[in-house]
Amino acid sequence: MAPVHPNLRAALHHLPVHLPIPVPRQFGRAGKRHMSEKNSLVILVVTPGCDQFPSLESVENYTLTVNDEQCFLLSETVWGALRGLETFSQLVWRSPEGTFYINKTEIEDFPRFPHRGLLLDTSRHYLPLASILDTLDVMAYNKFNVFHWHLVDDSSFPYESFTFPNLTKKGSYNPATHIYTAQDVKKVIEYARLRGIRVLAEFDTPGHTLSWGPGVPGLLTPCYSGSHPSGTFGPVNPALNNTYEFMSTFFLEISSVFPDFYLHLGGDEVDFTCWKSNPDIQAFMKKKGFGEDFKKLESFYIQTLLDIVSAYGKGYVVWQEVFDNKVKVQPDTVIQIWREEMPVRYTKEMELVTSAGFRALLSAPWYLNHITYGPDWKNIYMVEPLAFEGSPEQKALVIGGEACMWGEYVDSTNLVPRLWPRAGAVAERLWSNKMLTNLDFAYKRLAHFRCELLRRGVQAQPLSVGYCDVEFEQT
Amino acid sequence: MKSRRWFCGCHPTSLSSSIWGRLSLQSEHSDTLTVNDEQCFLLSETVWGALRGLETFSQLVWRSPEGTFYINKTEIEDFPRFPHRGLLLDTSRHYLPLASILDTLDVMAYNKFNVFHWHLVDDSSFPYESFTFPNLTKKGSYNPATHIYTAQDVKKVIEYARLRGIRVLAEFDTPGHTLSWGPGVPGLLTPCYSGSHPSGTFGPVNPALNNTYEFMSTFFLEISSVFPDFYLHLGGDEVDFTCWKSNPDIQAFMKKKGFGEDFKKLESFYIQTLLDIVSAYGKGYVVWQEVFDNKVKVQPDTVIQIWREEMPVRYTKEMELVTSAGFRALLSAPWYLNHITYGPDWKNIYMVEPLAFEGSPEQKALVIGGEACMWGEYVDSTNLVPRLWPRAGAVAERLWSNKMLTNLDFAYKRLAHFRCELLRRGVQAQPLSVGYCDVEFEQT
Repeated sequence: MAPVHPNLRAALHHLPVHLPIPVPRQFGRAGKRHMSEKNSLVILVVTPGCDQFPSLESVENYTLTVNDEQCFLLSETVWGALRGLETFSQLVWRSPEGTFYINKTEIEDFPRFPHRGLLLDTSRHYLPLASILDTLDVMAYNKFNVFHWHLVDDSSFPYESFTFPNLTKKGSYNPATHIYTAQDVKKVIEYARLRGIRVLAEFDTPGHTLSWGPGVPGLLTPCYSGSHPSGTFGPVNPALNNTYEFMSTFFLEISSVFPDFYLHLGGDEVDFTCWKSNPDIQAFMKKKGFGEDFKKLESFYIQTLLDIVSAYGKGYVVWQEVFDNKVKVQPDTVIQIWREEMPVRYTKEMELVTSAGFRALLSAPWYLNHITYGPDWKNIYMVEPLAFEGSPEQKALVIGGEACMWGEYVDSTNLVPRLWPRAGAVAERLWSNKMLTNLDFAYKRLAHFRCELLRRGVQAQPLSVGYCDVEFEQT
Repeated sequence: MKSRRWFCGCHPTSLSSSIWGRLSLQSEHSDTLTVNDEQCFLLSETVWGALRGLETFSQLVWRSPEGTFYINKTEIEDFPRFPHRGLLLDTSRHYLPLASILDTLDVMAYNKFNVFHWHLVDDSSFPYESFTFPNLTKKGSYNPATHIYTAQDVKKVIEYARLRGIRVLAEFDTPGHTLSWGPGVPGLLTPCYSGSHPSGTFGPVNPALNNTYEFMSTFFLEISSVFPDFYLHLGGDEVDFTCWKSNPDIQAFMKKKGFGEDFKKLESFYIQTLLDIVSAYGKGYVVWQEVFDNKVKVQPDTVIQIWREEMPVRYTKEMELVTSAGFRALLSAPWYLNHITYGPDWKNIYMVEPLAFEGSPEQKALVIGGEACMWGEYVDSTNLVPRLWPRAGAVAERLWSNKMLTNLDFAYKRLAHFRCELLRRGVQAQPLSVGYCDVEFEQT
């Protein structure tokens, strides 16, 4: 057997034991259990790709076969092997006497959607590196394969930029302690890669950029109160050449740091009030013939940005406002749908986006930061991403979705119980068959999985009244 | 300099007789803290007051960027507005490891909470290890090997609490909320009927049998001896009459007693008998509001705990009714911390004014305090701490501090600072809003 690939070695670490495993056969002569001891799980990967990065196109299929004769996992790629190993680990069970077992198994598995993501917001609250790495572990247990890293926003700029170090020095909560160094970022990318997880980095502009201001004077639009600057700032200033020079240089860095083909460029919630108040912007609007339509100004900024990023050989994902405001984007743009009711119900938005030929990511019903009392995992689970009016070709444009954990009220103290096991409901919806909707069946499995998460040391909260064999205690 | 600590009443002191030793509802918590060039001392009537003052002192100490510890010139005279400032934990819906309970007592002390309302058992499980009826635990706990509180555990909780000036108010809720008692004591619960046959399910405790009261007598003798506080909480909430109605023996009993169709009278009969049993053991009791609402005849010194927000009336109206009937009241209705929502709900929690109801000063004096409740349907040791803190702190200040202390901006500054201090003390308290602490929480 070839030496174990580092990806696979990492995936094995949480298994209780992988040798030897007695294999009971559930059927056979009545009353008699047939068991054979297994010494190893043979893993066959067709296409080598050990040092590559996972991509949207990665094939995650696998076959798992366990019987008297054999115990093996077959997959196209190493990414499929990771998925199969996780399944294998969940099939191993322990008898009251303490012996490990796995039942006779025949599984052919593949994901329904190729993009199954989780968003973390490290701007509203800084998340220690360990929190991010731990989250990647549990994402892998759930077969999530995209980590959407919303690195910066209004509140703070923790990303350590080497081309513009002042962004971090002046924009982070504390440049000594609340930043992600180049080394940290590399660590996250590699840790994710070993788990078959893509890192989709987001640098949201032109809105959500207040924290960029201190480090790059002149980048943000000064808001005006009458004829004088009010002292406050708004979105990135789209009327200055400097802005685009800055973005060119900055996104050159970002394109080189983050290996995934896609970058997330944001584009959400651009408040026009500040732009409106600024005389230079007003003059620019006139010069460009935009009239009073600030959506045109927003489009102008975003189109220029998208061209910059395209020139670096990157694809991009944007929030739905970019589409809603009719920005001219490349046909291979991915639109992320996050708004539940505005400007239309999200199911309608899915229809509009896909009928315009764009690929879509669903997040609107999966805002996990929106907590309520009770078993909301059910609502999360019962979302059907393709429940909208459209042709099969349209529906094929839905590449998946993302659970979002925005950080206004979330940090390392409550991230884990708030994420798990609720995000697991999203994970199954994105991986499994459309027909898998029975809530009782889902509850049994998710509750069992939650206890397994506890055993693996994950501070996952309860689904409802009950207990696990070993309750969570901090060591 | 403006005080930065999480609550200071700044009242004039009131003299009272010195009470050393026993911690009780009447325990004097007032203290004086003086820090200046000449002296640095804490004066209190009792050791309980000293504990409160020590906590205040610890919150006044700050550290310069160079690392030196400082405390500003200080003159504080402090005492609590309400004597009963409690926190309820539910160890039936989910078992809480002993460590979780002890850790909670620590943080309660940081917040000057002084009553731990231990809702030990309920429908879901019976983790309390009874020595007179061991089968209650053997058959009622989730797992009698791992998910129970032994006599030693219970002693530990009581002593740990005592050392922090916290009373343990134990609750054994009957006649409803008792499904887990059934397996260990056959015949205790009412068998429900489907037509003329038992349906196989069970309802509240059976009030029609003498055995029931013999059991309760023996059981509560044990409880009275195990828990030293003068008060026991006897529950009495959410008694569903459907099962009683369906049972022919109960119907016969109703007829015999002349209760007609009014099952509230049957409920009253049970509870009055129970209260007499417990009184005879020299205990006082707290009950949920239904006992009052359903007109059960209770002793005048009963404490009524108000938990229902809108039914049968808005809770402020309930406060008025309970106190105008001469009973002491505990407020919990707006403080159900298990009811989570998105956003800064600590503000609503903080802005509750317990005495905002129509009543005379004598009536209002009957409000002895309140309790934040953390019911356990969706809560266990994985999410208890971030869900409790710092939100429960808003309740704690409301119950300790001056009525006038209602400025939300001022409260936010102090509570946010206190939250970072909790992190420093190793408490996994969640954020109030966008921001940061010097040292973020990392599990070691």
